[in-house]
Amino acid sequence: MAREDTFAEARKHLEGLSDAELEARFWTLARQCVDPMVELARTHTSPSIERSVLMRMGVDSVTCKAVVAECEVRGLLGHGAGQVVLHAMREWGVDAATAAGRLAEGQGWELAEGTWGGVR
Amino acid sequence: MSEHAHAPRSAATPSDSAGPGKRTLGPCLGHPPADPPIDPCVKLDVEALLDGLEHYRPRRSGWTWRRAVPGLTAYEFTYHEASEPLANGVPLPAAHYFENIDPQPDCVITTEIASGRPEDDVRRMRMAAWHGADHIMVIRTAGQSHMDGLIEGTPEGVGGIAVTRKQVRLSRRALDLIEDEVGRPINFHSYVSGVAGPEIAVMFAEEGVNGAHQDPQYNVLYRNINMYRSFVDAAVAKHVMAAAGILQIDGAHNANATAVKAWKVMPELLVQHAINCAFSEAVGMPAELIALSTVPPDAAPAPCMRMDLPYAVALRDLFGRYKMRAQQNTRYMESDGRDATVSHVMNLMVSRLTSADIQSTITPDEGRNVPWHYNNIAAVDTAKQSLVGMDGLREMVKIDRDNPELRDRVRELKERAVLFLEAMLEDGGYFAGVEKAYFVDSGEYPETHDDGIAREGAGGVAAGSIVPRADDYLAPVCHHFGENHLELLEAYGAPAGSPACTLIGGCTFCDDAKVPFIDELDPTDNATQRLMQTAELREKGLIKPEVEWAGDGIVAVTMFLPAAEAVAEAAALELGRAMNLTDCEVIHKRVMHPAEGTLIELKGRLDVAIDPATLVIPEPPDVLTDEEIRDFVHERGLKCVAATVGNDEHSVGMREIIDIKHGGLEKWGFGVTYLGTSVPIEKVLDAAIEHAASVVLISTIITHADVHREMMGKLADLAEEKGVREKLLLISGGTQVTDEIARESGMDAGFGRRTKGIDVASFVVREMQTRGL
Repeated sequence: MAREDTFAEARKHLEGLSDAELEARFWTLARQCVDPMVELARTHTSPSIERSVLMRMGVDSVTCKAVVAECEVRGLLGHGAGQVVLHAMREWGVDAATAAGRLAEGQGWELAEGTWGGVR
Repeated sequence: MSEHAHAPRSAATPSDSAGPGKRTLGPCLGHPPADPPIDPCVKLDVEALLDGLEHYRPRRSGWTWRRAVPGLTAYEFTYHEASEPLANGVPLPAAHYFENIDPQPDCVITTEIASGRPEDDVRRMRMAAWHGADHIMVIRTAGQSHMDGLIEGTPEGVGGIAVTRKQVRLSRRALDLIEDEVGRPINFHSYVSGVAGPEIAVMFAEEGVNGAHQDPQYNVLYRNINMYRSFVDAAVAKHVMAAAGILQIDGAHNANATAVKAWKVMPELLVQHAINCAFSEAVGMPAELIALSTVPPDAAPAPCMRMDLPYAVALRDLFGRYKMRAQQNTRYMESDGRDATVSHVMNLMVSRLTSADIQSTITPDEGRNVPWHYNNIAAVDTAKQSLVGMDGLREMVKIDRDNPELRDRVRELKERAVLFLEAMLEDGGYFAGVEKAYFVDSGEYPETHDDGIAREGAGGVAAGSIVPRADDYLAPVCHHFGENHLELLEAYGAPAGSPACTLIGGCTFCDDAKVPFIDELDPTDNATQRLMQTAELREKGLIKPEVEWAGDGIVAVTMFLPAAEAVAEAAALELGRAMNLTDCEVIHKRVMHPAEGTLIELKGRLDVAIDPATLVIPEPPDVLTDEEIRDFVHERGLKCVAATVGNDEHSVGMREIIDIKHGGLEKWGFGVTYLGTSVPIEKVLDAAIEHAASVVLISTIITHADVHREMMGKLADLAEEKGVREKLLLISGGTQVTDEIARESGMDAGFGRRTKGIDVASFVVREMQTRGL
């Protein structure tokens, strides 16, 4: 919606603020603005985030992509792709890169299915 | 620069999941065997840098500031805003008047490298570093921000580079050598944006990248990536960047570059900066790692400095806790390199009058092509020259905070920004604000023109791709932002209270040996294959012009054509073909007068390579010692007469050659009679005879009508006529005089630009010895 410049009227409630008060108000509002976004981020994950977790576990990018894609299909992202790999590592007694490699080849998904259920 | 910005800082200390005994990210990077140092006289061996890259590890992580040296002295000068000098570098053009000093300003200076080929980028980085860049930013290839995942290998980019682990590692390896060569740490930088932000952040942390752009608003507004995905990803990416001490630069300057009327978006720019700063701190990034990308929004013919200064002041009032990365205005940049440079200098003045921790540069040719490397250098030189030239200026020239226009405008901008935030919150917050096109509107808030960028929460690239973290969400790695049920690790067998990555035997941030490396995925589109195509040039040392890539053969030709614009452009293309150039393109034109003519800059490809073995290269002048000259001059009591001849009032060059103050001939005892400027030739010769001089020095400018040749010839003829030619050394000089031109015109020698007294004195002594005078 187009609007004329209403600054002169709109600013009335700010007129009495000192510069310091105005600046404090600016930051209070900015933090208020980002609070729900921080909360959204704190409680959600994404394919890229899960791939970044697998990377930190020592898994190469091609394998990360395959494992996380399968986690997405199977509705497992919310439990953490890293946890899916950790689960397989413990079961097979191998390191993260090996476990992720096998998962990328399609092996062992029944382990995750047993814990978190099948494809949704 | 703000006073707190000088001290070198270490990487941020991660406050979370790295448990006791675990090394933090900085010191746990690998300790590779160092490459042998590079020799300033030898080209970078790019093949050697590609070799063994799978084992190369960066030597450090985190950002490095320049070390300020208050009261630095160099030559006869003292500097108030300078930093440690370089071990190797190329000084400014006028430096040879000042014993070749190359004072470095206190701000970090950025250059943007965008050849699209990592093997060419590294050579450009070296050149830029020698001129004073210590922040090397590589622009990403078009489209990378929409790639869901990492790219590997070294595919060729378009308008930038494919940012990959191999490309980053190659660049960092080269920069490790280059920073040793110039003697100053160099920060390497790229982008943590797009739909693969968290992965890129992890890769950058592992590979020792020092700075990165990260601003989810950039994704949302300019890349149409889903807004929820952008912020969820950004939190993880920022948290990882903080752990690695990577300096963050935001993306607010893009609003300026996009807006229809850039001067109207100032309140919004303040809001965008605030959103990214507040969000970054809330997810764990310390203030000292947060930099604002700020641009003076306007350009002349607007009265831009008076418009931009209040904005710069308001911004620094509100964001004093953060770093300022001063960017150059690109919104109004055209193909004119001169125009871009003047804007840059005015922007630099705003930086010097307010503050800047990083001074960015945009190459003056960015308005017409992917930046050419010598234009990178031009921009770095512009920044260095301006910052050094304005050293300490703000101690004498201060912003008048009581000036009513400035004071009121600063206050107004802050109030407009507050009104923007109030309204957006009222309307449902940031996401709702974006849906309602609050951003990049050409009205100055609260004025709106209904032309802002609107994005849907349910729309954009990767819409619907975020997932709530379940009650048992677990990521068994360090430095992971957000809900993470590490208590579940015990159920998997970890001892209570152990670090997040215990069960995986250490994550890559704690155990560098775990960092994987993929070499190439494409057998044809990679650096090694491309290098094979130019191997002959390197093996035989052939010389071929280049601007973007080795061996591209591109040259630029500047010409004035006495024709109207459209005709001149067509004629220039035809002239280019006549010069055997292919792929000719007019890259710049400027009307001198609608009828009288047009200046054209033309680029074309010249498919010629020169073998240096076929060249005749003149030997550099070999000079005598002071003592040899002094003894010879004293024994004979040598005298010379000097004059600027023709209608020429220049005397500076001649003074340099004769005055004792400038290390001229008088220094060795020559008796010099200086006759002045615009002296007739007859008078010069008469004076030589009268003073019994052995040497005649004339200074002349080169003219279109060949007056210089005429003057020299006349002097030689007159000396012959009067029977003194044998006894006299006739020498001419001038900025464009060459020895060849002078000798052709009957002189004994000619000296051009950069000649010093010692060159002339050595010639005189040797020549007289040879002739037995």
